[in-house]
Amino acid sequence: MTVADIVKELGLKVFSGEDNLHANVAGGYVSDLLSDVMGNAAEGMIWITLQTHRNVTAVASLKDLAAIILVKGLVPDNDMADQAAREGIPVLGTGMQAFDVAGKLHNLLNRE
Amino acid sequence: MNDYRADLHIHSVLSPCGDLDMSPRNIISHAVEKQIDILGITDHNSTRHGPLMRRLGKEKGIFVLTGAEVTTREEVHCLAFFETDRQLHLFQEFLDASLIPFRNDPQRFGHQVVVDENDNILDEVENLLVYAIDRDIDQVEEMVHSLGGLFIPAHINRGINSLISQLGFVPEGIKADALEISRHTGKKEFLGDNPYLSDFTFLQNSDAHFPGDIGRVFSMFRMEEASFNEIKMALAGKNGRRVVLP
Repeated sequence: MTVADIVKELGLKVFSGEDNLHANVAGGYVSDLLSDVMGNAAEGMIWITLQTHRNVTAVASLKDLAAIILVKGLVPDNDMADQAAREGIPVLGTGMQAFDVAGKLHNLLNRE
Repeated sequence: MNDYRADLHIHSVLSPCGDLDMSPRNIISHAVEKQIDILGITDHNSTRHGPLMRRLGKEKGIFVLTGAEVTTREEVHCLAFFETDRQLHLFQEFLDASLIPFRNDPQRFGHQVVVDENDNILDEVENLLVYAIDRDIDQVEEMVHSLGGLFIPAHINRGINSLISQLGFVPEGIKADALEISRHTGKKEFLGDNPYLSDFTFLQNSDAHFPGDIGRVFSMFRMEEASFNEIKMALAGKNGRRVVLP
């Protein structure tokens, strides 16, 4: 399942990286501690978080994550939006809280 | 130039986690014993013991740097220091407007009391002070600097509530006047793991919550006199002033 499929299925907003939604999603990771994501998330995962700092995009890029989902209607900070747009990193958004979006993503990925 | 022994991260009884023996009077008397020349008062999200600490310190020959330890929205602890009561007051207004309303439970978190020079309780702060305020780290930095203050991310080596634990690494371009490391590491050891931070000025402070911890680690300031402006120059490494970690 690609990032684009997930955007469509979950009705996610696309803040940046519109041209990079073709990557296959290897799984998901939920965490708001960037040090934890750096240590434990794996390539190709979708990262669900409430953090909107510019370091989020740097970590996603460093770990080759497929996309970032910001929860609870949060939007990227200006610096984060700039960096994500520049690097083409898919930053997605939802009004759902982490538990709900993670559950739905989990179901989608297991359906395959 | 003179050497000044500085411990710039101290919690008083106003912090819920601060020991009840950490009254301003008692902190100063322990700092005198430990030969501290410059002491930073940094309660969680509150500056309210600053002016009294400054006055009590002055009577004993200790320069008190007044400020707070702010918990940003990302739950990053940052030290903020200000020179004047007016700046402290304006920063307190910013904190009061940004605190998330949550009533302190003294049985669980500890008491948050404001006391006078004789340890009499003047006020008990009702809102829990340790939680994150509703402002992110960049907003806090901008506010501190707009008031002419000093902004120093706290104990950045620690696994909880530090810039590195919360945001993974020190963000490029951050306008920090210095970075603080805790007593659990050393500058050389820390820079060995984080060579990208070698251009920063480092401080090491005790983060004391109990009288016995005051001055347990300290930073040495080489400068002309103990004043806010000289400290600012030392942090910036200007005009021959500097900070040396023993």
